[in-house]
Amino acid sequence: MTSQSCVSIRKELDIVGARQLGRDITKEVGFGLVDQARVTTAISELARNIYLYADEGEICCEALDYTNKKGIRITASDQGKGIEDVAKVMQDGYSTSGGLGAGLPGVKRLMDEFDLQTEVGKGSVISAVKWLR
Amino acid sequence: MRIPILKLQHYLLVSIQTEIDDNTAIQFQEDLLSKIHESGTSGVVIDLTSVDIIDSYIAKVLGDVVTMSDLMGAKVVLTGIQPAVAMTLIDLGIHLSNVPTALDLEQGLIKLRQELGE
Repeated sequence: MTSQSCVSIRKELDIVGARQLGRDITKEVGFGLVDQARVTTAISELARNIYLYADEGEICCEALDYTNKKGIRITASDQGKGIEDVAKVMQDGYSTSGGLGAGLPGVKRLMDEFDLQTEVGKGSVISAVKWLR
Repeated sequence: MRIPILKLQHYLLVSIQTEIDDNTAIQFQEDLLSKIHESGTSGVVIDLTSVDIIDSYIAKVLGDVVTMSDLMGAKVVLTGIQPAVAMTLIDLGIHLSNVPTALDLEQGLIKLRQELGE
């Protein structure tokens, strides 16, 4: 059984909305406080990336419930410019917006699985999974 | 939304109790610097006990405000960072290594006095 909820990211305040969704759904799945913070922070980073670089997009959270494991999948999708140099954005400290450049490499470390699909001119889809320990 | 900044003896005291969105964070940065200027304080404690997540942006704003205050001549101590927040910051690769911290408000005031040599 899976259930999915989404928030669209258009304005800065939507980042807070996405975080709230993360808090609710991680609690529901049964994550401990630390993993709740990890997943919620990852959502916040992904939502901010959409707001900063793509103007508009969507964050979806899906509770994963299999016979032997449970978890959460976050999907961040946008129809923005796409990413030209994926290796570069995955480097710590690389930022084009004056930020810390911690976003995407940080999300990869915060989560258990990470996947980035992007096409220049079409947009990006980032999907990340955290399993319940 | 604005984060209240209180005066306690000759220090400034901030307890962040609300969800910090980006605008609130930037507004807070401005408010704190003006308040330091107005009050002529040499020390600030920012208590983060009620903050359950700090992402890279909020971390940058907090780190910057410490450096900015330092430029003005005021020391800032961050207190009450939750275990989950500390772990998450390290996963993000954020160490805030130049930022003075303390376990709680009480320890924060002690640290502040030490930093200021009072």
